[in-house]
Amino acid sequence: MSRPGLAAWAFVLPAVSVIGLFFGVPVVAGLLLSLTDFDLYALADLHNLRFVGLANYVHVLQMPLFWRALGNTAYFVVLGVPLSIGLSLLSAVLLQSRLARFKPLWRTALFAPVVTTLVAVAVIWRYLFHVRYGWVNHLLGFAGLGPIDWLGDPHWSMPTIILFAAWKNFGGNMIIFIAALQAIPEDLYEAARLDGARAWAQFRHVTLPLLAPTTLMVSILTVAGYFQLFAEPYVMTQGGPLQSTVSVLYMMYEEGFRWWNLGQASAVAVLLFLIIIAVTRVLMALARKAGAA
Amino acid sequence: MTATPFPAPDAKRRRWLGATALAGAAVLTGCGVRASDRRLRFWAMGREGEVAPALLAGFRAEHPEIDLHIEQLPWTAAHEKLLTAFAGDATPDVAQMGNTWLPEMAALGALEPLDDWLERTPALQAGDHFDGIWQANRIDHVMRGLPWYVDTRLLFYRRDLLARAGFAQVPTNWAGWTAAMRAMQTEVPHPMLLPVNEYEPLLAFALQQDEPLLRDGGRWGHFAGTGFQRALRFYMDLFSQGLAPDITNNQIANLWQEFGRGSFAFYLSGPWNIGEFRSRLPGQQSRWTTAALPGPAGPGASIAGGASLVMFRRSRRKPEAWALIEYLSRPAVQLQFFQLTGNLPPRRATWAFEPLRSDPQVRAFAEQLERVRPAPAVPEWERIAQEMQLFAARAVHEHADPLRVGQALDARVDDILAKRRWMLDRATRAGASA
Repeated sequence: MSRPGLAAWAFVLPAVSVIGLFFGVPVVAGLLLSLTDFDLYALADLHNLRFVGLANYVHVLQMPLFWRALGNTAYFVVLGVPLSIGLSLLSAVLLQSRLARFKPLWRTALFAPVVTTLVAVAVIWRYLFHVRYGWVNHLLGFAGLGPIDWLGDPHWSMPTIILFAAWKNFGGNMIIFIAALQAIPEDLYEAARLDGARAWAQFRHVTLPLLAPTTLMVSILTVAGYFQLFAEPYVMTQGGPLQSTVSVLYMMYEEGFRWWNLGQASAVAVLLFLIIIAVTRVLMALARKAGAA
Repeated sequence: MTATPFPAPDAKRRRWLGATALAGAAVLTGCGVRASDRRLRFWAMGREGEVAPALLAGFRAEHPEIDLHIEQLPWTAAHEKLLTAFAGDATPDVAQMGNTWLPEMAALGALEPLDDWLERTPALQAGDHFDGIWQANRIDHVMRGLPWYVDTRLLFYRRDLLARAGFAQVPTNWAGWTAAMRAMQTEVPHPMLLPVNEYEPLLAFALQQDEPLLRDGGRWGHFAGTGFQRALRFYMDLFSQGLAPDITNNQIANLWQEFGRGSFAFYLSGPWNIGEFRSRLPGQQSRWTTAALPGPAGPGASIAGGASLVMFRRSRRKPEAWALIEYLSRPAVQLQFFQLTGNLPPRRATWAFEPLRSDPQVRAFAEQLERVRPAPAVPEWERIAQEMQLFAARAVHEHADPLRVGQALDARVDDILAKRRWMLDRATRAGASA
């Protein structure tokens, strides 16, 4: 190897070894674990560990709960991602508007949920959405709508979780959108106005196309993040009622750390990883097609 | 809720954390943390953890040479905490443990057998303990824990409503009991509260049967068998006849208030609710009381629940650990424990004291405790019980055929027990070839 090559390797070696040790080794170990039946008995005595090949994967794919969890997660992603990104974009555009007053205050207020502790706000949300004492049902009561058992009814539990997650997360993407909006040259809008474009047309034909790369990036990050739904149901509903808020990651947690089936839990983790990769690939392909068209 | 061993990580770190935790668990079994301190560590959960310092003041005075450390665990995290402590070689010397967890921890080899210690302690004998509770602590003929307090389920009921329907007391068999409930329906449309997300009532009905829930030494599920089928049919009939509403306990805002108001007249619950009903329904004390559970034909059995005290095999202060267990098992200390928490003592000697001896609402528990049966002693039981209730709740909701439900449940349970069968068969093969 040439001397510059050696020097380069020497420079990156510390970083590579740290990544290898704290990321590479665990990932490979997790992958290997998913090919064994590591469980409570194996924890007691490693002689009870069997290499089972792909049996964990076959088993997980045959579990009704896995498909249910995947369905719940898909529901969360399909509704939650557009809602969350839509909220981010809307608030970013409103904050960039020349009519808006006290911009720093609003920006801070809207960003605040992102930096609050999830467990603390989840407790508050549980009060807000309580079927009897919650303010949300109080307000609905004024409008003459019947009380909804937000977290106790299997039909409403996931929508409540989606609302919560969207509220908790939209601020982060909002900041990214604000930065992207500030990068759009003002003269494009001037040109559009000269051509007679009203506010909606300007948004539709200037803002949106120029935000496309940002939107793609934000969607990919949000989709990948939302597929890993865990903390919200863990804190708010423990997967209930009637398993309506069990997500794939929540199922993995239960399999692994409640029932100590680490082999199967690893298989779930690997499957989720593959699903996320596949979905982001599809998103990128769609974006490329839209860009080419 | 916040005190979980795996705090909820933020979105981006989740996958990383998941992967490292999985790998870490495998690595941790190989290496461990050596705690070479001289403390005697005692883990207690929930309310018991809160009162442990007061309860153990006497022990500290008796043994000034022992440096006792009490650590409190929330119940929600206790199970995971015990398993990770075992994996990380950080188990305490003594711990409180729900007796349904004993088979699991015994399978891990984490628990010290207590038979030799018991033999050396004439004050602690099997005969003075309620039999079902004692049996729940014997796993494969070895004592793995000593009962600390007992928990079972029986009926809390509104005696005034029952009397108005023409019954002086709760009939002791299923047929009489359901007849009494039907007679009450004009006044109370759903006389019984039976939350479909609690597995204990169905388990109690199932333990009243003569057939076991698992067959062939805990190798296979036996939920399509006549015993469980009878219990499941009875359970489902309570709903289909409208005697109990199809709801979960999350849908009841204030159970005690509703009971006081007469929204329902029967509730299957445990000892802690005596204190709750007393403090939350002042001025209505004469209206309610407790009764042992009716059985298929005459007084029925119930669950042998409760918590035990265990000593860990890796403890290096076993004599001191046993001194602590022995202290907590003295009748006088158990009485003090009852006064602090309302937890019922497992020894008949303690039940000879006032107020346990003559309190009628508590007395029904003493009667029930003579008829308690342990759940199957397999490490997988907790999960099986959850599945059982999930299947039953769905069956109630969908008015499914009980036999089909039993067969589907058997398939699921056989799947959960697959590894256990392999382990047992391997042990037999090894025994045959040796």
